[in-house]
Formats: sequence, C-alpha cells, structure tokens
Amino acid sequence: MTDLPHSPEQPVVAAKTSRWRTFLKSDIVWSYRHSPVTIVASIVALVLILMAVLAPWIAPYNPFNPATLNLMDGFTPPNSNSFAGSYFILGTDNQGRDVLSTIMYGSRVSLFVGFSATLFAMVMGVGLGLVAGYLGGIWDAVIMRVADVQLSFPAILIALLIFGVARGLIPPNQQEGAAIWVLILAIGLANWAQFARTVRGATMVERQKDYVSAARILGVNPFIILLRHVLPNVMGPVLVIGTIGLALAIIEEATLSYLGVGVPPTQPSLGTLIRIGQQFLFSGEWWILLFPAVTLVLLALSVNLLGDWLRDALNPKLR
Amino acid sequence: MLAFIARRLFQSVIVMLAVAFIAFMVFRYVGDPVSSMLGQDSTLADHAALRERLGLNEPFYIQFFSFVGNALQGQFGISYRLQQPVSQLIMERLPATIELAFASASIALVLGVVLGIYTALRPRAFSTGVIMTASLIGVSLPTFLIGIGLIYVFAVELKVLPSFGRGEVVDLGWWRTGFLTESGLRSIILPAITLSLFQLTLIMRLVRAEMLEVLRTDYIRFAKARGLSQRAINFGHALKNTMVPVITITGLQLGSVIAFAIITETVFQWPGVGSLFVNSVAVVDVPVMAAYLVFVALVFVVINLIVDILYFIVDPRLRDGAKSGR
Repeated sequence: MTDLPHSPEQPVVAAKTSRWRTFLKSDIVWSYRHSPVTIVASIVALVLILMAVLAPWIAPYNPFNPATLNLMDGFTPPNSNSFAGSYFILGTDNQGRDVLSTIMYGSRVSLFVGFSATLFAMVMGVGLGLVAGYLGGIWDAVIMRVADVQLSFPAILIALLIFGVARGLIPPNQQEGAAIWVLILAIGLANWAQFARTVRGATMVERQKDYVSAARILGVNPFIILLRHVLPNVMGPVLVIGTIGLALAIIEEATLSYLGVGVPPTQPSLGTLIRIGQQFLFSGEWWILLFPAVTLVLLALSVNLLGDWLRDALNPKLR
Repeated sequence: MLAFIARRLFQSVIVMLAVAFIAFMVFRYVGDPVSSMLGQDSTLADHAALRERLGLNEPFYIQFFSFVGNALQGQFGISYRLQQPVSQLIMERLPATIELAFASASIALVLGVVLGIYTALRPRAFSTGVIMTASLIGVSLPTFLIGIGLIYVFAVELKVLPSFGRGEVVDLGWWRTGFLTESGLRSIILPAITLSLFQLTLIMRLVRAEMLEVLRTDYIRFAKARGLSQRAINFGHALKNTMVPVITITGLQLGSVIAFAIITETVFQWPGVGSLFVNSVAVVDVPVMAAYLVFVALVFVVINLIVDILYFIVDPRLRDGAKSGR
C-alpha cells in the first residue's frame, strides 16, 4: 500500500527527461542554435533583465536613498574617482547619483511597466479575439470595428490620451503613486488590438476544425472549449506578437516618460533618465545621457530580434 | 461613383461623431470644468451661476449636441492652462506643424523612392546591405533618441544647425512661415529629418519589394527582349507600377506623421500643435485635449477619404465592384 503513491512517479520522471530531450531535438532549438544573432540577442536581453531584477542586491549604490547621496560627487566623469573620493565606473549625474545604479533601477521600472502592459494587452486582446472569432456576429463586428479604428491611430497617441484622461480622473494627491499603474493601463489599452486581430483570425480557422465540433457535440461548455482547446492552438502567433509588443511597450514607456508624462521623477525609468541627461548635453556631460540611451536601445533591439527570430522559427512556411 | 463617395462620406461622419462623443465625455467628465475655471477663492453661488451659464445643468444629449454644434464652428472652449480660446491656440500653432510634416514627407518620399530603386536594382551590392541594415536599426531606435543624436552631432559637436525653435518666421497675415528666412530653413532641417526617418524606411522597403516583384514579371522580360535600354525599362516601365501602393502608404502615413510630430516637436521645442498637446496632457488641460483629439481624427478621416477616392479612380476593379452593388 505504501508503495502505491510512489509508483506512478517513476513514469512521470521518465516522461520529463524524454520531453526535455524532444525539446532539445525540436526545430525551435535547432533554429536557435543556428542563429548567432539570436544567441547574442538573448544573452544581452538576459543580462539586462538580470541586472534590472537584481538591482537592489547588485547595484553599487542606492541612488534613491538621500542619506547616501553626496552632492560633492556630482558630475563625476566615467571611470574615475569623484571629488569626495568614491569610484564611479559610469560617472554620476548632477545630484551625485551613480549612473550605473540609476540605469539598473531605471531598467527595473522600464521592464516592469513593459512586461505588465504587454501582459495586460495580451490578456485583453486574446480574450476579446477569442470571443470575436468564436461567437462571430454582432460581437465580432463590434470588437473588430473598435480594434480597426484603434489600429489606424499610432499607439503612442492613444496611450497619451488615455494617460491624460486617467490623470484627470485621479485625485491630485494620489497621482504620484498611481502614475505607474496609469502608465501600464495606457500602454496596455493602446496595444490590445494587435493581439485581438490575430487571435480572432486564428480562432475562426480553428473553430471550423473537427476537434472543436467534436467538443461542441459532447456538450462541453463554450468557455472550456475556448480555453482548453482553441487557446493552445492560437498561442504561437500570440507569443510572437507578445515579444515584439514587449519591445514596443518598452519604447512607448520610454517615450512617454521622456515627454514628461510618464513615471514620476522620484521613480525614474530609462526614458526619464534620458530626459534628465538631455539637459546636460550642451555642457559636455555626455555620460548622463549616453549610458541610459544605450541601455534602452540594447534592450529594445535585443527583444525585437528575439521576436523576429520567434516569428521565423514558429512559421514553417518560411523555412 | 457618387454612391461610393456618399457611402464613404457617411461612414466618415459616423466615425467623426464617435470621436466627438469620446471627446465630449473627456471634456465633460474629466476634472471639474467649473472649479478649473473659477479657481480657489470662489463662492458656491459663483459655481452655481457658472454651471448654469456653461449649460452643465442641461440634459446629457442637449449638452452633447451643443458640444458638436460648437465644434463644427471651431469652438472648443478656453484652455485652462493658457486662458485663451483653444481654436485660436491651435490655429496659431498649426502652420508650424504642417510645415514640419510637409518637409519631412518630402524628404521621406524623395529619399525613400531613390534608395528603394537603388537597393532593388543592386540586390547583391555591399552598399545595399549597408542601407538595409541601417534602415533596420533606424526603425528600432525610438524617435526621440534619433532627435537627440542629431542634436548632439549637428548642434553640439559641429555647431552648424540650431537645436531648438523655428528660427525667424515671416507673417503672411494668416500663416506664419519659416520657409522664407535662412534661420527658419536651417531650423527645420533636423526636426524634419528626425520625423522623416520612420516613413523613409517604410517607403524604401515598400518600393524595393514592389520593384523586385515587378522586375520579375513577363512584361519587363518582354521589354528586355525588345532591346529597350535599362533606363527605359527601370524608370519608364517598372517604376510606374510600383507607385500606386507607395502613394497610398504615404497618404495614410501622413496622419501618423502629425501624431509622431508630438515627439519630434518636444525634442526640438518646435512650437507646433503636438507640443501644445503634450503640455496639455501633463497638466490635464481638458479642452485642448478634446480639441486635439477631434482635430487628429479629422485629419485621419479626411486623408482616408481622399486615399479611398484616389484608389477608386486608379483601380478599375473597385469601380466594377461598386457597380454590381457590393
């Protein structure tokens, strides 16, 4: 009797290792190994993400703790000791904050907003796309008309508008704390249509297939059919749009913050850092601007390249 | 033809009404117009009087109709931030934005077509690879970074071009242009390049793809067999057929250029409609936001309408479809 609960575990472990092996032999891994650009891009993205996630533990300074800041450290050029004697590899800004540390904390904000907004857009877009594609009729017409109208305007404009409206609805004393959530909402709402359009098309193809009819005849709840049967089959393109959407969301966040309507200055993202750095461009302190800008470009470019690779790898027609 | 245009016009009116409705909701329910206009030290009686005067006690649909009626006459109320009529603010700044959009669209169209033809005719050349890679990087860079980069190179390091503003403008009575002074022309170079880059890449890739496709077709092969010169084939026969989609895309992109001008105008402190909008969003200046929304929608709708009609004229297949009642 005591052996019984253990015995089923044996095959599970075997299945896991063999699954891992099948994964290693799969087309995706093959195309990854044969694309040096993708390997470099994934390493760059991984390093940047790790730097951002681990910032509180690995950053050399805490740039937002006023107790550790020293104004005498201000405007230290990269790779040198400040007036007060501390060493800064990427220099300091006007307030004596270590540029490397502000970048690490800044990418944390950028990535958090980017990931959350993309996730929000994905859940909303996939949900509405499934409904539109599966139910058709009036649902389809209404959802897709809204998506069409939205897609004909640039996302950044829609995000700006939503941001402005949400700002107006929130009482002024809570704006500081809510800004980051408003930003996620604005960027997410600006990007859902792309997901909805793709998922709707894929769902319309899937619902004609026999397995969906079979499930329907068996009397499975439509909600379960969508989630358990249709959704896994439309996930491929969603992942591709999600990856490219993440790069877009990061750039949109940076743009909004650069325009001065994004995250509050107490919690700077990469865009805010670039906005701050631009003030010192003419006086020759180039490092305050350059390093955040390079980080932003590397981040957006590497995620974009990963998305491009994923699109090619998941599309057998291109092979 | 007339029925087609009438149907399109009807659809455009519906879209504009929907946008006007959103703008009205923003205008009416975001923030409190009464306290924004009266300020801190005002009595409750003042509030009530102003509510009555602004018609805020009227039923919802009457308020909406009066909003649309005012919008049709170009009246969007008074900016909370600048205390001036919104229509006047927008009209003052519109020439700057239109000149910028025009300059950048010209750059994008000319350079995009030229580079597109060049890369299509020499698909294996090293220079083509360089151009294509550069265009890829250009697309993935955020607009504001390109602007800052240009400022750094041409204004900070080389000190040859101004980094902000419009320079001197000439007042033509109803239009203040920067095209007639030297400083005005020098000022528009960097913003126009920044704004054009995205469109330029798009047009270039489109022309290249279309050209490569057309060059494979039978009529080009026949033209070669007839012994026509390369030049006559490439420009007389091939290029003509690539132009229709290019014109469509350029037209449709003009709307996004006006929207992307928001970013460029902020980077270069260009006194246009886009920077007015960004400054209004930052302080929730609702009348300006609502007016800008209607304005951009109008630009989009009008451009879409023109492109549709142009397509209808250019492509006979659409005309037949309309006749059979589709």
